[in-house]
Amino acid sequence: MEIGVLALQGDFIEHITILESLGVTARLVKLPRHLEGLNGLIIPGGESTTIGKLATAYHLMAPLREFGKTQAIWGTCAGAILLSKDAQRDQPLLELMDIRVERNAFGRQVASFETDLQAPFLKDGDERLYHAVFIRAPLIKSVNGGAETLLALPDGRIVAAQQGRLLATSFHPELTGDTRFHQYFLELAK
Amino acid sequence: MEQQIATFNVKKGLAQMLKGGVIMDVVTADHAKIAEDAGAVAVMALERVPADIRADGGVARMSDPELIMKIMESVSIPVMAKCRIGHFVEAQILESLGVDYIDESEVLTPADEANHIFKHDFKVPFVCGCRNLGEALRRIGEGAAMIRTKGEAGTGDVVEAVRHARTVLGEIRKLQTLPEEELMAFSKEIGAPYELVKETRDLGRMPVVNFAAGGIATPADAALMMQLGVDGVFVGSGIFKSGDPAKRANAIVKATTHYNDPAILAEVSRNLGEPMVGRQISSIPDGDLIATRGW
Repeated sequence: MEIGVLALQGDFIEHITILESLGVTARLVKLPRHLEGLNGLIIPGGESTTIGKLATAYHLMAPLREFGKTQAIWGTCAGAILLSKDAQRDQPLLELMDIRVERNAFGRQVASFETDLQAPFLKDGDERLYHAVFIRAPLIKSVNGGAETLLALPDGRIVAAQQGRLLATSFHPELTGDTRFHQYFLELAK
Repeated sequence: MEQQIATFNVKKGLAQMLKGGVIMDVVTADHAKIAEDAGAVAVMALERVPADIRADGGVARMSDPELIMKIMESVSIPVMAKCRIGHFVEAQILESLGVDYIDESEVLTPADEANHIFKHDFKVPFVCGCRNLGEALRRIGEGAAMIRTKGEAGTGDVVEAVRHARTVLGEIRKLQTLPEEELMAFSKEIGAPYELVKETRDLGRMPVVNFAAGGIATPADAALMMQLGVDGVFVGSGIFKSGDPAKRANAIVKATTHYNDPAILAEVSRNLGEPMVGRQISSIPDGDLIATRGW
């Protein structure tokens, strides 16, 4: 199995490190030809405007949309914004998932936070909480069509959604030592 | 389940999200829009770019909060702002404005010749400059969540940026070859906290993100710093002191992503117009050098 990580900007190395620790071959994706033969793709955290502009400039938007029709894609934070149909602002989006997101929904950096979430769908999720890191994070304001809520904060606000083999999280599993979310994604990519 | 804000994890985490990107100095909301449209990952809001601070002389201080707030309103990307070295009240003011990062910067006139700000006390994260590993780890010890090599701001001459990046990265490579029993002596030699020296050795890199700054003026300069091994670049005077800022800004963004692809670097370097008028560092008297501020 080989998983690509979109490496235009952001914390792609952190994803690569976790994938390799799980024995998965990982590949940096900067140009359309780098998508060939991949079993899945991660779009990392970063600045969604920067990643979107670079993806547009290097003709990646259409190939990424095609890839997402058949293969697994997981977006963390900025990546979740890029996967969405609507970010309530004029910026390039892949529009692959029927979700509407709100950027910087918790406020500026001083409001960035960490918290533990109940995630029973993860391995050992019934006994072990999942520690999630939110940085200038987006919220998933609504899930529509084929998209479903995967995780919400205790007050009901949605922070992870899934639509078939597409996964969006507003937090950063790549910033923790907990590999269970990556393992969950690898199951989708199989 | 409790939410914890302002942990060191979320402070250094924002810097991790900026990796592979370009942080641009801007002096107006219009500049900030141009930077965001060009693909900047963040902007540094200030009243004068370093080249002008250098030319004007006098005391350089924190920018007018009104200017910083206008820039914060104009863009969706993170906004950073500078305070003087050791001026913790300027930092308190910037934190109350809600800026996303504070640069405790040698580009402004230092307010304290002995002490930097104790940055752990703040909710907002700090980035600090360094010329070597010891200086970097002292800043991290005080709470900096991101480091940038200093270079020599406002010159358009990349030579000091290269010197500082090579020094820091070279010291880390040397550190990795040392046996455990030599770490304390190494810590003493470079004047850095032992725990951070050990952590750096174990990680094979600094425990926080490290950008390059000070003298980057072209796409090739940005790619040079990335190939040397930094995580991203700050461009100060190099963009808005050039002939075509929007085009140059966009080219530097692309060069920072595709830093290992000479064909793309050649393409983005074409027809950029006039670069900023540089100033050779060897022509600057020692007393006018900025990088030597801070300790």
